[in-house]
Amino acid sequence: MIEIRIHGRGGQGVVTAAELIAIAAFYEGKESQAFPNFGVERRGAPIESYARISDQPIKLRSQIYEPDFIIVQDDTLFSIIDLFKGIKKDTKIIINTNKKLSLKLDAKKENILFIPATKIALEVLGKPIINTVMLGAFAKFSELIKLTSIEKALKSKFSGEILEKNIKAAKQGSIFGHPKVES
Amino acid sequence: MRQILEGSRAVAKTIKLIKPAVVSAYPITPQTHIVEDLAKFKADGEANYEYVRAESEFAAASIVLGASATGVRVYTATSSQGLLLMEEVIFNIAGMRLPVVLTCANRGVSAPITIWNDHQDVMAVRDAGWITLFAENSQEAVDLHLLAYKIAEKIFVPVMVNIDGFVLTHTYEPVKIPSQAQVNKFLPNYHPKKGTYLDVKNPRTFGAFASPAYYMEIRQELHEAISNSKELIKKEINNLEKITKRNYKLQIINSFPRRQKGKLRIIDSGLVEYYGLRNPEIIFVAMGSMVGTIKDFIDRNVFFFEKKGSKGISAGVLKVRSFNPFPSDDVNKILNKVKFVAVLDKDISLGKEGILAQEIKAVAFNKIKAKIQSFIVGLGGRDITGKTLNNIVELIKKKDNEVKFVS
Repeated sequence: MIEIRIHGRGGQGVVTAAELIAIAAFYEGKESQAFPNFGVERRGAPIESYARISDQPIKLRSQIYEPDFIIVQDDTLFSIIDLFKGIKKDTKIIINTNKKLSLKLDAKKENILFIPATKIALEVLGKPIINTVMLGAFAKFSELIKLTSIEKALKSKFSGEILEKNIKAAKQGSIFGHPKVES
Repeated sequence: MRQILEGSRAVAKTIKLIKPAVVSAYPITPQTHIVEDLAKFKADGEANYEYVRAESEFAAASIVLGASATGVRVYTATSSQGLLLMEEVIFNIAGMRLPVVLTCANRGVSAPITIWNDHQDVMAVRDAGWITLFAENSQEAVDLHLLAYKIAEKIFVPVMVNIDGFVLTHTYEPVKIPSQAQVNKFLPNYHPKKGTYLDVKNPRTFGAFASPAYYMEIRQELHEAISNSKELIKKEINNLEKITKRNYKLQIINSFPRRQKGKLRIIDSGLVEYYGLRNPEIIFVAMGSMVGTIKDFIDRNVFFFEKKGSKGISAGVLKVRSFNPFPSDDVNKILNKVKFVAVLDKDISLGKEGILAQEIKAVAFNKIKAKIQSFIVGLGGRDITGKTLNNIVELIKKKDNEVKFVS
């Protein structure tokens, strides 16, 4: 079973991102589950969401404490939340940032992906809603789900211009889905 | 068709297929997406029910009470403070023998204010005279709603389907929604007999004044209707499984660690389900979504038995699907030989212990030898994890009589 934890702020589509991962995995014939860290959701407040993917039916319902993947949608959270709590040796991390962050982490460089998702989102969507950009990058980076499944999942939730733009955003994100090992 | 849906959406889709004539609800917290989705179906012309937006939960319950008394199928949903505000009407619905179905998206109650999941809300109305069912996952939530209408309309007792707030209502997971044809086959249109509902041509009274000469017998009748419904519930669950071609057992077995399948035992009586090792040392007893987490815990620990010298946990879980009627015989049969029984409650009778624990102790009295202990977990949304269950395993061996709050 693969466990994914997503951190972000209210309004960034943190919950929707987890749902889209679960939907995409389901379309590929896998078992999946997605849920938010239940709370009173407000724009700007720190939000967590979770997704699980497995070959077998998923019975476990607790939150995710030792994730295989961490997606960080907002780099201003570093000072507020322990984003890497429960990190394992091979946990892969995707971070949306424009900055050169130095992480105090015992993780291999190839397991960490930095992506300027806000910049990409502003270019493609005209809004700083970065979840689909991050999902595109996640699909490529994790090799867990195909980009086409993410597109199919987007189609189950959106339509028209919003759908087209989000598909484009995911594609653009996937281009950034390789960690720059040299940096 | 198997699809991936939010739990609330799965329930709403099922209700749409069941075709109630009247849906009424209060739309503000503690409400769920269920009634929001039902309102959307109506607005989009996908459903024909009257959708009455009420000014409070008291009104919503009263509206479905009145509508049900006119002989039509009705639906409402609530939880927490909303259910407490309904309480007077909840008793009336049962006393008038109206086949109302209500979804309780279980949440804790104030004060302090909580919006999160536990079972304290339903326990506040446990003696109101409703058949009370608990769902472990989205699939069971869907199926229990079909069952609820079937039972309610057969014996004129209201049914409350409990699904854990947030944990089930807000979670996306795969679920099979039955086809309209399957629903129609299991649950044909509701046509009560003449004279059993409000009709100007065949007048009758509901909830009339009952003097001491009559009241007690009427209460006894309701009691007997509920306690005699066990066989009916079992029979209808079987029918439902046949019609929807569901096979719970197969699905559960497939998720058990492959090499250990010989050790697995599954019993499903309809009212309860047992999942775990053949001769366990500990049986957890629980209701609702935490049963899934316990099953996962058992699966993970089963691996340890393979390694020599490692400490495994020999356990099983007894899921109580029907809390009222309470399946005394089924419970005793399963708890019969075990050494330790850990009853996990997401509720408490304050000053005493967990409410399910009290029920288990009552039916087990003089029948089983095991030490039965009450553990309070998950109040106000506290996460229930493998660690919680490990702590319970440690605590139960101390054979203490005190109720334990465990995180």
